[in-house]
Amino acid sequence: MSEPRVKVPEKVKKGEVFEIKTLISHPMETGQRKDGDGKVIPRMIINKLVCRYNGEEVFAAELAPAISANPYLSFFTQATASGRLEFAWTDDAGRTYTHTAQLTVE
Amino acid sequence: MTKRTTQARGRASRRQVLAGAGALAIAGVIALPGGSARAQAGAGEFAAALKKTLGDAQAKDGKVAIQAPEIAENGATVPVIVRVDTPVTADSYVRRITLLADGNPNPEVAVFTLTPRSGKAEVSTRLRLAKTQNVVAVAELSDKSLWMTKKEIKVTIGGCGG
Repeated sequence: MSEPRVKVPEKVKKGEVFEIKTLISHPMETGQRKDGDGKVIPRMIINKLVCRYNGEEVFAAELAPAISANPYLSFFTQATASGRLEFAWTDDAGRTYTHTAQLTVE
Repeated sequence: MTKRTTQARGRASRRQVLAGAGALAIAGVIALPGGSARAQAGAGEFAAALKKTLGDAQAKDGKVAIQAPEIAENGATVPVIVRVDTPVTADSYVRRITLLADGNPNPEVAVFTLTPRSGKAEVSTRLRLAKTQNVVAVAELSDKSLWMTKKEIKVTIGGCGG
């Protein structure tokens, strides 16, 4: 559950703007649905994604229940130096899910 | 269903005229305005969310664009790309893109924080849309200027229910 998937090119040229695609398996329970007994199923969503490139925040997203289950986000960044792209998703219970990708800049 | 409601209303107003306000009459009179009040509250929530995004400033048309299907068969997952037509440099970039939806139970969709390191001001995601409605994008640039656009997406099967 909540397995993150990230697609980043292995090698990029310095200065190149490249796309980062992310997806995390999560039901994104909206808080609008009711169970069989008519009780509201509590909201439980991934409400935040932060992407850091060698420690510097390059992108962040705050998400509402209007984002689909298994939230998909893609965005861009510019290649500066080889290193680590770190991703951290946070859910409504404060749990954090992380993923790290290695990037080679030529 | 609609027919029965109309009949119930008719009966209710007759009883009112006769000043014999029974339980049915009260239910009939209260239920209908109650429904429209809820619809207005929904519009009010969208206006409030937009106001929260814009503050006291005005957004101009242009620069920001939403790419999405005209008709979404499945409202549970509607692919949307939002992009801002502006160069991204160290001193001129997009700070924030806010996505709102005016026909969902909750108008907030997402807030993306971009940086001079973004390289390109474009974000893709997938939305839940309860019904046919406008998706609104507001972009705030580093010079504090605000740019807004909206796109109507027709939804065949809503994506918020159970």
